[in-house]
This record gives sequence, C-alpha cells and structure tokens, in this order.
Amino acid sequence: MKFSDTLWSAFSSLRSNILRTVLTTLGIIIGVSAVIAMVGVGAGAEQRIQDVMDTLGSNVIFVNNGSSVSSGARGGAGSLISLTEEDARALQEEGDSILVAAPTIRTSAQVINSSRNWFSTIYGAGTGYLEARGWEIVSGRTFTAQEERSPTKFAIIGQTVATQLFPEEDPIGQMIRIKRVPFMVIGLLGEKGETPWGGDQDDVVFIPITTAKTRITGGDRFRGPFVQSITVQASSAAAVMEAERQITEILQRRHGIKPGQPDDFTVRNIAQMVAARAQSERIMSILLASVAGISLLVGGIGIMNIMLVSVTERTREIGLRMAVGARSKDILFQFVFEAVVVSLIGGLIGIIIGLAGSIAVARIGDWPIVASPMAALLSIVFAALVGIFFGYYPAYKASRLDPITALRQE
Amino acid sequence: METIIQTTGLSRDYMVGAQVVHALRDLDLKIKRGEFVAIMGPSGSGKSTCMHLLGCLDTPSSGSYELDGEDISGIGSDGLASVRQRKVGFVFQAFNLLPGMSAQRNVEMPLMYGAIERESRRKRASEALDAVGLSDRAHHLPTQLSGGQMQRVAIARAIVNRPSLLLADEPTGALDTTTGQEIMNLFRDLNDQGITVILVTHEQEVANFAQRILEFRDGRLTSDRNQQNILGTQHL
Repeated sequence: MKFSDTLWSAFSSLRSNILRTVLTTLGIIIGVSAVIAMVGVGAGAEQRIQDVMDTLGSNVIFVNNGSSVSSGARGGAGSLISLTEEDARALQEEGDSILVAAPTIRTSAQVINSSRNWFSTIYGAGTGYLEARGWEIVSGRTFTAQEERSPTKFAIIGQTVATQLFPEEDPIGQMIRIKRVPFMVIGLLGEKGETPWGGDQDDVVFIPITTAKTRITGGDRFRGPFVQSITVQASSAAAVMEAERQITEILQRRHGIKPGQPDDFTVRNIAQMVAARAQSERIMSILLASVAGISLLVGGIGIMNIMLVSVTERTREIGLRMAVGARSKDILFQFVFEAVVVSLIGGLIGIIIGLAGSIAVARIGDWPIVASPMAALLSIVFAALVGIFFGYYPAYKASRLDPITALRQE
Repeated sequence: METIIQTTGLSRDYMVGAQVVHALRDLDLKIKRGEFVAIMGPSGSGKSTCMHLLGCLDTPSSGSYELDGEDISGIGSDGLASVRQRKVGFVFQAFNLLPGMSAQRNVEMPLMYGAIERESRRKRASEALDAVGLSDRAHHLPTQLSGGQMQRVAIARAIVNRPSLLLADEPTGALDTTTGQEIMNLFRDLNDQGITVILVTHEQEVANFAQRILEFRDGRLTSDRNQQNILGTQHL
C-alpha cells in the first residue's frame, strides 16, 4: 500500500468519528500547549530579567555596612558603620577586577522649588556611581572631580523629580532646596524605569557626597570619612565573582578582620538579587513542564485506550481489508498512522493554544513575547512519537488478527 | 479447459481444547476456468473451511493447493495476502462495506493494496460499478443504499481486481427472494463473461444457478455432480 493511501485511510476513518477523534486529541492538546506556554513564558521572563539587569547597571556589586553585635543583640543591616571613603578609594586602586568603586550616602528629604515640592531619595554620590549604574545624563552635565571633592551645591535630578518639580520648564539652571539648602540643577538623568521590586529608579536627586555629609545628613550617622555604601562596577560580567572576592579580601585586610571573625560589611551583586525573582519563574516552568509531561503521558494512554476500542470495534473491517489483500504490515501502518495523525492534530492545536496562552501571560506579566519555533517543532515531533509509542500496541494487535476470525466477528 | 484450482489431499485440522477436529479431510478437487460451482452441506460439514482454503484465507494442515498455476502451500501470510489481492474476490453474506466511504471508495479499496495509481483505480472502480449496474450510485454512502445495492457494490469490489476466482459465501442470505434472484442473475452474468465463481450456500434454489454442485459432510466431499440442465433456475 502506498504512503498517501495509508494516510488517506487514516484520515477518512478519523473523520467518520469526529467527536471521538477530538476527545482523543485532548490530552495531547493540553500537553503540547503546556510545553509551548512553558517555553514562551520562561523565555519571556528571562528576557525581562535581562532587561531589568541592564537598567540596574551591568556588573554592579553593592557593598554595605554590616551589623553590630552588642551584648548578643544584633543590630541589623547597616547598624555597624565601618565603610569609609578611603575604603572606596582602596578598592578602586587595588582591585584589578574593579572598574569603579563609588562611596554613597542615601537619605530621603523634601525637595522644593519655588512653588512645588516632592519627597524624594537623595543620593550623596558622584560620577563614579552614575557610571557604575550605567546612568546617563540626557541634559546638562555631571559633577567635575573638583565639585565632588568640595561641598558644592549642585544637583543632578531624575526624570520623576524633574516632572514633579518642573513640569513645564527646563530644569537645568533652576534652583531647588533640600532641607533649606539651595542647590542648582546642573544635570538631568535619562529614564530608567522600575526596579524588579517596584521602586521608581527615576525618583532621585544626586548631590556631591561631601555636600550631603556636611549639609544634609550632617550630624547623623555618617560623620567624617564614613559612608553608607560603596557601589562597585566589575570590569566585566565574567569578573563579577572575582571582583567580589577582591572586595572581601581588601576590606577584611583594611578593617583588620581575622579569619573566622564575621565581616563588618556585606557584598551583594544584582545577579543575586534578581536570582530570587528568577527562581519563582523557574518554579513556574517546572510546574508547567510537569503538567506537560503528565498530560502527554495521559494523552498517550488515552490514544492507546481509544485505539484498542477502535480495533475491537473495527475487527470486521480489519478482516475485510485482509481478505481483499492487506498484509499485516498494511494494517499495522494504517492504525499507527491513525494514532500519529490524531497526535499531530492535537499537537498543532496545542501549539496554537500554547502560543495564545504565552502571549496572554506575556501581556499580564508585561514582558516580551518570545515565540520559539524550535519548541513548536520539538513538541510536534514529540506528539508524533507519543502517537507511535502508544498507537503501536493496538495497531500490532490489529495486524495479528486472523482474517477468518475477524470476518466472523459480529 | 484450463484447470484453475487443483487440490491434492487437502486437509485442515483444528485443535479444540485437547481434541483434534478434522474440519476438512483429503480433498482432491479440480475446477476449470469459467466454471460456476456451488458448495453445499450442513453446518460443520467443512464447506466454510474449504472456502477459506480455496480463498487463501487459511493454510492447510496437509496436502497441496494450486491456484491459477501458483502453488499456495507454505507461502506465508504475506504471500497469501498477495495472492488474495491479485487472484481472489470475496462476497460475503453481510456485504462488509466500510460505512464511512462512498460506494466508489469501497470498490477502490482492494486496488490500494495492489499499489495501483489513483487515476487507474478510479477508472477500474467505475467500470466495476458499471458492470453491476450501479454507476449512478458511485458517490452514495452504504447507508444510503438498499440491501441489494450494497451487495452489488460488494460484488463490484470483488471483481475490481479482475480475480481468477470469485468466492461468494451465502451472498443472498441477508436478502429477500426477489433481490436474491437479481444478485444470482448477476453472478451468472459475470460467470458468462468468464469469471470462475464458487458459491457457498445451504439453499438448493441458490445452488441451482451453478453448473456443478459439491456436497460436504463431516469434512469430506461426498458428492460432486454436474447439472447440465439449469432450467429450474428460471422458475425460482
């Protein structure tokens, strides 16, 4: 029997019982759509994580103050202030995997221009920090090295602050007041969007760290050389681990921490912070993968079940086909083909549903739609394999029938 | 005339539990091309077994069988399938048409197993339907046909591969007398065109259409007679 004829026979007998065909394909449809959705959602989420990491600044490592221990009571993060501007300078000079180490102080304050005000985050940080975080000045300029060292009253503002305080005019050259101290806006930052944890990265004001210490946070915890954190940029993505090691080594030496003693600082990189988020998406992928696996298995068993019923029901047909010249092989192929055609139809419908599902999830989760032709191809091949695997036994049973017995069947 | 069927010592035994049943014993039979033969006998006489062996659906336990110059003994199930495809046409009591296919497609089916091209398949199926007088019903489904029409489609399917041998197993069993007679007339017409017909029946009236009647009892051929006069058939 020719291939096209076998295919045609399979199609025509499937068409003669459409409802049963549809029910048979259901398991495969669910399995394949889960696979497609899984791959789509996974890839989309990964893409978004990458995008987020790009806005946070690539290869960034945060060094923060550690926690104090006083009579057994631990003070929490940042309670033990040990980092200094001198530490930052040492990191930048000594760590060969470290590109920039920028000392930073962060506080919150009311920012006022003549008629409007806005509560924002104030960073005492310089050009180094902007570089490390991959922040660009879209208008105006950044601080000069001279301006950073001295308590100059210049400020660089983020997009959110600019829209809140200067909705209609160019903020460059305008005056703002932070805690009654007047600053001149010299630069405007480009838009960065939200952090993965929902913070507005554009709601910021940068002032030189020296000014911040003397005029804004003056008198509180960051006196003299002490700073709140040091933001480090590693020389490349591959060097992040090495840079972390160098930071730990240099700071332990500078702070005189002996082996076995707890560090008085913490080191974290963006990748670690995003990893938690990625973990939840990975769990979702695993969940979908198990749904896919189980439904393909159940779908396959469904196919086998229906094919066994079908072989019993069509015993006479099989006997007749044998009587007019079908060989065992022809009957075997016909039934395997029916199973494969059913799975392929299920696979195709599953791909469509899976794509629709991943587009919907991408809309809801606000991440890019990533369609994978490879996943579609693989799931079609897999569906066909399920058809062959679970269709083979019923088909084999059909092909082994004795034509005389089969023809006598009522 | 040329011999189309020759059997020597053809036997078929079955095991039923621990017991051996001799369904057919030592059949020596010769049938010439163009004969119209009826096989008769009560149930269990061995007539069905004989038909299955002659139709290459079954293999003998011993003895030899030659169909149209081809030795059938020991050619295996694929070999038998191939012989059936090329040389045998079957007509059954219950028609055995496939319900989802048109008359045309049902008739074409045996040709698919002969790997014949679609165009020539269509042509030959149309010719076969024409030969049974059903060319106007080619695209009807079996459910849209009467019993007599279904049996005609089944006959068209049996002759579409131009068989050496047409085997009919109680072909009128499911039909009323008038329709049965029409079907038997059709068999006689086909026989007149040179097709060898072997008919299994238990009805004398049906057997009367044949020129030669074989009777079986307890697995043995007990009577083999020619009836020169088939006048009786005219008055069935």
